[in-house]
Amino acid sequence: MATMTVQIAGSPDGMPLRIKLQQVERWRKLKAFTLVLPLLLFILVAFVLPIGRMMFNAIHDETLLTLMPQTSAALSVWDGKDLPDERVYAALAKDLKQAWAQKITGMIAKRINYELPGAGGQVTSSARKAITLSAGPYKAALIEISPLWGQRDVWSLLKRGHSAYTAYYLLRSVDYQYGPESQIVASPPESAFFRNVFLRTLGISISVTAATLLLGFPVAYLLATLPPKTSNLLMIMIVLPFWTSLLVRTTAWVVLLQDHGIVNDVLMALHVTSQPVELIFNRVGTMVAMTHIQLPFTLLPIYSVMKTIPTTHVRAARSLGAGPFYAFWKVYFPQTLPGVAAGCLLTFILCLGYYVTPELVGGATDQMVGHFVALYTNEDLNWGMASALGAILLTATLLLYYVFNKLVGVDRLKMG
Amino acid sequence: MRKTLMVALAVFGQAAGTLASAKLAFAGDQLTIVSWGGALQASLRKAVFEPFTKASGIKITEGEYSGEIAKVRAMVDSKTVSWDVLDASGTTAWTMCAQGLLETIDWKKLSLDRAKFGDVGKYDCGVPVQVSAVIVAYDKDKLPNGPKSISDLFDTKKFPGKRGLSKGPVPNLEWALVADGVPINDVYKVLRTPEGVDRAFRKLDTIKKDVVWWTAGAQAPQLLADGQVLMTAAYNGRITNAVKESGKHFEIMWDAAAQGWDYWVIPKGSPRLDDAYKFLAFGGSPQPQADLTRYIPYGPSNKDALALVDPAVLADLPNTPERDAIALHADNIFYIENGDDLRQRFTSWLAK
Amino acid sequence: MAAFAYASPIEKSWYYLHWLICLAVLLFLIAPILAIIPLSVNSVSFFTYPMSGLSLRWYEEILTDRWQGALHKSLFIAVSVTLLSTALGTLAALGLSRPNFPWRKLVMSLLILPMVVPVVITAVAVYFFYADIGLLNSYTGLILAHTTLATPFVVIAVSATLVSFDYSLTRAAAGLGAPPISVFFKIMLPLILPGMVSGALFAFLASFDEVVVALFVASPEQRTLPMVMFSGIREQISPTIVAAATVLILFSISMLSTVELLRRRSQRLRGIRNT
Repeated sequence: MATMTVQIAGSPDGMPLRIKLQQVERWRKLKAFTLVLPLLLFILVAFVLPIGRMMFNAIHDETLLTLMPQTSAALSVWDGKDLPDERVYAALAKDLKQAWAQKITGMIAKRINYELPGAGGQVTSSARKAITLSAGPYKAALIEISPLWGQRDVWSLLKRGHSAYTAYYLLRSVDYQYGPESQIVASPPESAFFRNVFLRTLGISISVTAATLLLGFPVAYLLATLPPKTSNLLMIMIVLPFWTSLLVRTTAWVVLLQDHGIVNDVLMALHVTSQPVELIFNRVGTMVAMTHIQLPFTLLPIYSVMKTIPTTHVRAARSLGAGPFYAFWKVYFPQTLPGVAAGCLLTFILCLGYYVTPELVGGATDQMVGHFVALYTNEDLNWGMASALGAILLTATLLLYYVFNKLVGVDRLKMG
Repeated sequence: MRKTLMVALAVFGQAAGTLASAKLAFAGDQLTIVSWGGALQASLRKAVFEPFTKASGIKITEGEYSGEIAKVRAMVDSKTVSWDVLDASGTTAWTMCAQGLLETIDWKKLSLDRAKFGDVGKYDCGVPVQVSAVIVAYDKDKLPNGPKSISDLFDTKKFPGKRGLSKGPVPNLEWALVADGVPINDVYKVLRTPEGVDRAFRKLDTIKKDVVWWTAGAQAPQLLADGQVLMTAAYNGRITNAVKESGKHFEIMWDAAAQGWDYWVIPKGSPRLDDAYKFLAFGGSPQPQADLTRYIPYGPSNKDALALVDPAVLADLPNTPERDAIALHADNIFYIENGDDLRQRFTSWLAK
Repeated sequence: MAAFAYASPIEKSWYYLHWLICLAVLLFLIAPILAIIPLSVNSVSFFTYPMSGLSLRWYEEILTDRWQGALHKSLFIAVSVTLLSTALGTLAALGLSRPNFPWRKLVMSLLILPMVVPVVITAVAVYFFYADIGLLNSYTGLILAHTTLATPFVVIAVSATLVSFDYSLTRAAAGLGAPPISVFFKIMLPLILPGMVSGALFAFLASFDEVVVALFVASPEQRTLPMVMFSGIREQISPTIVAAATVLILFSISMLSTVELLRRRSQRLRGIRNT
């Protein structure tokens, strides 16, 4: 059988055509892949790797393990029931003295403070006083220096610190934390606000998406039904802000909406109000500016779907006796749904990650997850927390991106 | 595997970084100096940066920041320090020093008399430059009977309307306690107890919905000028300068003014240490310090500089004896120990 | 839709209402931009109408070192980003458009990812990463980070011009004896050129307008125009910022027109092929 194939499909150099074709095909694939390879590698190294590392940061924290090595080691055999024994306290004293000498007490204090608010100060002062302890027994002496060392919760924390991995940051992102016995408990009300922030982010994103749909749909419909000349002209009005710098548009909103800005001047000139209305540095300003930025993102996909719907459908419905609204609702509207879904999903995905706009036109209670990712990175230096919040936000975004991909397909993304 | 990859990338990164900076570096000596922007930086430019460049031939690239330690930490940790000198304010400066992020200053190399700086010269990681104060300012045209004490800031019945505050625990917690009846000298004693912290936040709760928060010093006079707020916490110099420039009738209320020293500090591992020292020596000398007061009324740290200050300007400085007596003096040790905790708590409180 | 003669009064009023709503929305879109442009030639630093007088002083202020320095840095960074991302993105788009490219959808989604991931996350991730490998506060770092953000635009734009590309054309050329190089330059390049140029323009704008990543990874030495504007907006909106904004708007308009012209040209080119 095999020889027959060779005889029938044999090429001059004796190789079967099927294999030869396969080779050519493979060679073509390889060539195509080689073209993509530079960018793929670049994106993997300069983008995917950093993001992966950030995600890793959310569960990886070696602070206590590396900065308090002796205490960590000594605690590995502690049963977690009573206070640890003298050996552990001696290790603690050593670690504290060393930390003080190397000026790293601040970092230890900071880490402990995350989980035991208020304990950081005592860690620092303990380290400052521990340098005077020259000989044991350390247990009584350290508890004398600070009652902190007589509490079980700090020891549970240090014992957890023996592992380089921690779920603390992720737990904290959803308002849970570790209790005194390393069990998972709800965060106390004064520090439980992350769920609130996530809900707020969700709420703002949904409202902005709804607003853009409400404003964008009629315009898309108008554009799709107008003759090309007029619609092209109106299209410029939509695309121009789209391609104007985000900061420029934000500036414009600040100028328009501030207490003595143009909008308030107009309102007061029309005697709608006698006092300036608060329009900026609050939810109103955030929503207005975000809706303005996102409107083209929702509108354009709807428009491009509407352009493909033949006008004959509605006319046929009308001629069959349907009222204008009935025809629109039952015949036209369902056909626009793919565009509506694509536009809304795109806007919703982009809204989730907003940072600059709420920062510049919102108030303290309008800040979304992005703000806290930046805050914990830049000001609080709590990189674990920033990573955990970022990881959750990213996961949500990627899930939606997957849905978008399934529904619309990235290939069909177009610009302008 | 991850480690080797990181190392390989680090080598590549360093190489690429040096390559780029080598290509773009300007000829001759230069220093990157980072300060707080706005009126302060403009004043520093005229009184300190430009005379320094003239005297030493060292060019200065200016930068601005809002006191974030994160940038310094990231640079120091990754050994890519590109800020040579930094203008750091009291608690931030002390915290960075305690965390080992700054060079310890060898005063012998500065040719400055440390004794001339009195108590503030006891800081190890920098040269004190000037003292400023966070005060409460209001517009006399809109509020002829302005606030008289810090309790008025918290009195929304007597003064209904928005007030601007700095977005952070300092000095809002202190002010809250003073307004709640704690004697000004006991503020940190009370804040050291958990009940004291709760008490401060409870007091802040009473005005939370009336506050516009600002993050950069330049925002405060702007908020006042725009009429976005009735009164605002602000740096005294920014207000005095706004009055000079715009002709507005802003008034300063000095009760419980939160004094803070600024220091010139050097991030650990600065590659241009010698030039940075030259700049610190210059910044600590009397003449530029006295000159600075001509542009912005912040008190000089060098006692010799006081003699050179224009008597007319003295009235605007925050550290005259009578203002010193009613001022709030920051407890830097307290902030080294509790700063993180309070910031964390403040973030949570604000986000609700 | 038009107001037909046979339309009922309700339909007619609905028609006019629809127009009214649309005009209001369009006004909402364009108003902020129109409202601030005149203020850039206001002689005083207030943002109220009517303006008291005209002056170009704010434009003069843009000519000072602070703005000019930032502009030069922004241009340098954006041009480098454009070159890098256009090269990488065009190659990738060419590869992706080949028939039977393996795992096309997966690779494409991966390459588009930087456009979808919230910028603040990219910024923070890159910041941590650069802190490790020592690229913080360098031009190289900022350019590489911006390039990741810009390549998706190039990939999309170039891919769009290749969507209906007929590969029998290249085969025909090859069959007629053209070496691969001349096939590329004579057949592929003219077709993808409009996509490349518009992709490059988008890439340029993506970097030129980018502030979040810059805030995280750049130092004062790399202070870009958006960074200057960002601190300006946060501290105080001066007419100088509005003047700078106006210049940028005019700049985007010219960019936009270029892209539009190119798009038409590309359609025309492909239109010729189709007939």
